[in-house]
Amino acid sequence: MSEGALLELRGIYKSFPGVKALQNVDFNLRKGEIHALMGENGAGKSTLIKVLTGVYTKDEGDITLDGQSVNIRSPQDAQHMGISTVYQEITLCPNLSVAENIYIGRSDNVIQNWKEMFSGAEKMLKALDIPAEATAQLASCSIAVQQMVAIARAVDMDCKVLILDEPTSSLDDQEVQKLFKLMRDLKERGVGIIFVTHFLDQVYEVCDKITVLRDGKLVGEYPIKELPRVELVSKMLGKELDDMSEIKTHDVVKDDDDSVPVIYEAEGLSSTEGIKPFDFHIKKGEVNGFVGLLGSGRSECVRAIFGADRVLSGTVKKNGKIVKIQKPIDAMKNGIAYLPEDRKVDGIIGELSVKDNIILALQVMKGFFKPLSKSEAEAFAAEYIDMLKIKTASADTPIKSLSGGNQQKCIVARWLLTHPEYLILDEPTRGIDVGTKVDIQKLVLKLAEEGMSITFISSETDEMLRTCSRLIVMRDRKVVGELKGEDLTQSKIMSTIAGGEVQS
Amino acid sequence: MSKKIRNMTDSNMLLSITIIVFLLMYIGAIIFQGKGFTKPQTFFNILNANAGLIILACAESLVMITGGIDISVGGMTALVSMCCAVYLDHHNGNVPVSMLIALLIGLAYGLVQGYLVAYLDIQPFIVSLAGMFFARGMTTIVNSDPFNVVNEQFVALKLTRINVPGMGSINKKGVYVNAYVEIGVIIAILIVILMFVMLRWTKLGRSFYAVGGNKQSALMLGINVKKTKFLSHLICSVLAGIGGYVYFLHVGSGAVTNGQGAEMNAIASSIIGGTMLTGGVGNIIGSFIGVLSLATIQNIVATAGLGEAWWTGITIAAMLCLFLVIQSVLMARKKKMMKK
Amino acid sequence: MSAKKNSLSDLFGKIVRQQIFIPIAALFILLLFNLIFDPGFFVITLGENSAGDPVLSGNLITVINMGSELAILAIGMTFVTAASGGQDISVGAAIAIAGSVLLRVLCGDNTRPAAGELQTSFLVAFIVSCIVAMAFGAFNGVLVSIFKIQPMVATLILYTAGRSIAAWINNNELPIISDPEFGYFGGFIPGIPVPTPVFIAIACMIVAALVLKFTNLGLYTQAVGINENSSRLNGLNPVFIKWLTFVILGLCVAVAALIKVSRLSSINYSVIAKDIEMDAILAVALGGNALSGGKFNLWASIIGAYVIQLLTTTLFKYEVPSDALPAYKAVVVILLVVFSAPTVREKLAHLKKSPAAKKGVA
Repeated sequence: MSEGALLELRGIYKSFPGVKALQNVDFNLRKGEIHALMGENGAGKSTLIKVLTGVYTKDEGDITLDGQSVNIRSPQDAQHMGISTVYQEITLCPNLSVAENIYIGRSDNVIQNWKEMFSGAEKMLKALDIPAEATAQLASCSIAVQQMVAIARAVDMDCKVLILDEPTSSLDDQEVQKLFKLMRDLKERGVGIIFVTHFLDQVYEVCDKITVLRDGKLVGEYPIKELPRVELVSKMLGKELDDMSEIKTHDVVKDDDDSVPVIYEAEGLSSTEGIKPFDFHIKKGEVNGFVGLLGSGRSECVRAIFGADRVLSGTVKKNGKIVKIQKPIDAMKNGIAYLPEDRKVDGIIGELSVKDNIILALQVMKGFFKPLSKSEAEAFAAEYIDMLKIKTASADTPIKSLSGGNQQKCIVARWLLTHPEYLILDEPTRGIDVGTKVDIQKLVLKLAEEGMSITFISSETDEMLRTCSRLIVMRDRKVVGELKGEDLTQSKIMSTIAGGEVQS
Repeated sequence: MSKKIRNMTDSNMLLSITIIVFLLMYIGAIIFQGKGFTKPQTFFNILNANAGLIILACAESLVMITGGIDISVGGMTALVSMCCAVYLDHHNGNVPVSMLIALLIGLAYGLVQGYLVAYLDIQPFIVSLAGMFFARGMTTIVNSDPFNVVNEQFVALKLTRINVPGMGSINKKGVYVNAYVEIGVIIAILIVILMFVMLRWTKLGRSFYAVGGNKQSALMLGINVKKTKFLSHLICSVLAGIGGYVYFLHVGSGAVTNGQGAEMNAIASSIIGGTMLTGGVGNIIGSFIGVLSLATIQNIVATAGLGEAWWTGITIAAMLCLFLVIQSVLMARKKKMMKK
Repeated sequence: MSAKKNSLSDLFGKIVRQQIFIPIAALFILLLFNLIFDPGFFVITLGENSAGDPVLSGNLITVINMGSELAILAIGMTFVTAASGGQDISVGAAIAIAGSVLLRVLCGDNTRPAAGELQTSFLVAFIVSCIVAMAFGAFNGVLVSIFKIQPMVATLILYTAGRSIAAWINNNELPIISDPEFGYFGGFIPGIPVPTPVFIAIACMIVAALVLKFTNLGLYTQAVGINENSSRLNGLNPVFIKWLTFVILGLCVAVAALIKVSRLSSINYSVIAKDIEMDAILAVALGGNALSGGKFNLWASIIGAYVIQLLTTTLFKYEVPSDALPAYKAVVVILLVVFSAPTVREKLAHLKKSPAAKKGVA
């Protein structure tokens, strides 16, 4: 055990049915160190953290904390050992007060002293500058405040190890700065911090070291000064940057070609999810995309196009004719298909078979009284399983037992089967293996060549640069710019997202 | 004002609604139905008749707050009263041991149901459905014919009346009669207080709310979710044992039909009292008032000349429906408000 | 030889894993029990009833006769369970209402009509009672689908009020229909020795089979029950589909009520179809369907219903009083849910595996 080492993980393995989430992963954390854990979606960061916090139990491997081998079996165990965690999704109880959420589950006292608790919480909220009242019910606070409360709880726990799993995705700049100040203070006190984030700037601002994971395997551990940004990205993606820029295939900007007809056009579209009314159009065979940070409203825009959220205003034209799209079925009947962002929550129907999942959308469009015959359904399923190379034991296997990438292919198949004119893909590559990612990107370009219009959204900008010929930039739930042709570069996108508005 | 409402916890908001509705109802009863309702004894009779139900409602609320449900409490009431009745009369038993029997039945039920729900992850509805079946069936097997208990010790306890100081009314003969309550009411009130204190001022009580609010989060916050669920069912069943005994003490007989529909009344009282079936929201005081509201309706229906029995069922159902819809609408609106 | 053995055990494994295996196995165990302890259980005799018509009688006939209502309710309950992930506990009360409406329409204000004095034809009365039962189903459906109240709680309302409403419909009178033809639905049609409820149940099953074959009801309810969000994004209307399943259950209730009322030619509001909701839910569970919704097997539920009836009839035969029946049923329920609980299954699988693994090492 090296000196100053606080936490050591050796040879961690963890697998789920059909997925090897972690394979032989090592990780080191020293006292007073801020250590970034980096990797793409699905690289195994979350799994590693859940192993550390006792939510999952590891299949193999050793964890050493403060020189002692430990076995973390539950979140309580982790708390008692001094490992506290702030998760990306809020893991507090919405029905309890702010103060209770800070203190519950921490002491073995039998009696709850409300007065002491409220005053303690009030003090802490003030110290951390969190705009919430200790007595308020948590559900009445904004998501950002809830996240700050979760951080306050973790910080107050006198922990040795603090894990921050993408805590900044719902915070604004000021709040992020507050958090960083806090992290530096804790660092001074000798706390080891594991920081997971998607924002590279933040990593370079506060971290000392970086550990990179890819596809459940350890890529390496690097001091921050020895790993420039570009290299970090290529380590995360597993490709050299030079290779990637070459993949881009099309330079034609369909949007500038007046002979190409407009397939879909919207004016002043807005929905209940609070996006500012926006205009949008797409031409036949065009691939465009929405870029912006998480929560910038890019998903909400396409959901409004598809009628997935309640549409509040706007006129929509399909092939030049005004149509009404209020519900998903309206959009489907107009030849629009939508692959949702969250595959598990909005996409797959877990217990149903691959076959039923594939035919579902077509079946709904055909109507209640016209079920596909068994042989038709089987033929369709077989055709698309073959075409998209879906790896499944049979067409009757429940979709939930497939790997993430293959599930996603089934959902793509579902929508291709409806032969849409306009296909919206919202994060189709999230959390799936690299091979499938490339497959999907290739498929997008192929479909576009065949004349389908496609809107493609991905949080990995380089994927979008490779596939899209026009990007709509979002910030704070508002369209702030449009990029095409020469402007399609990483730096231009970044600067547009960050501020300096670009006129289109 | 609107900020105050926003900051109010869901539990408190629903409780306020319940209290207001109950008061309106009781005042309405006094205005439109007159004198009967102004007598303190009318109110205390409601308590006397429903002491058992109050305890059952407390038990039910606890499980509901933790996110479960228990429909076996009515069946347990029948089983407890029959077992105790048979022991007291057929075996010349004494009262303390009969109380112990009630507690043991509750404990046994709690251990089994709690284990099945918490550690084997079986739906509480199914577990307690089987529990209800079992209790009802066992009651018949123990003794199928209803009979009144004549054990002297027991009858003496049953007839014990405790005068409420400063409350009373003048009867038809012009004599001042002090208002009284039965032993069961004292037990019920004690349990209400105990449960209220437990849920509000102990860590365990708060973890019931946490588990009901969001199981996953509660786990992450370091609460032993399985143990908490187990305890909720254990306490519920023990309370149901006590509630069953209090009921028995009031009716003084063992019968298969004892506590018929009590589980649904207990659930209805909890809901009217502002406990949400989705868990995490509720208040014992509310459940207490919920029982009083139900009983008051029954009383109003009985004295309003709507002699036909069906009105009770229909009015209770209508009230239940109203409260459920109010809860649903309020929660939906609050959620919307939060988003903005 | 070992290859053959393997394929055989594979086949066995496949059969065991079929959902419908659970209720069929339960059915066979019960039949086997009766075969061993009293083969007389299986005797069916052709006799004559009081009117001199030929009728079949015997324990097995009792099972398929008395199980009809339950089987019909199990159809509707399966759909409700699949789509809403909850159960309707008001079907018993709803049967009381539908039966009461049926009698009210037939009798009018005259509670003791003679054979020719009925106000209207059976068909009209039945249609009216169907409409009323479906309306109450729709009421439950609105609470569940629009107000998003848990099904068990939402139907608690009708459970509380149902029998009171039923009594109110007939002013608490208990009409008795003396027209013998009314008894045909729950008894025997002259000349046909098989009880009519059996035919009604079979007709319901055929209708259900046709509906499943020629509409997408099965796919839609399962999709909504498993993942409401996805279903909506695939163009389905989860609110409507959930609501629809409650209306369908309402129709099943009306048919069951017709049989129930016809058996007595009268009604007793507090006793008719008592606790039948619990049996119907049990039938769905016994059929191996997840009570939390999603995938379902209708035929397994129906077999489950007959298993329950068979259990009841068997217990009766051994002179268990009807009030004590629930205790035995409870034991069956608990055994069933314990052995089908995922955590228990995992442990069992573990137990099975470890000796096999040891063998492998040796």
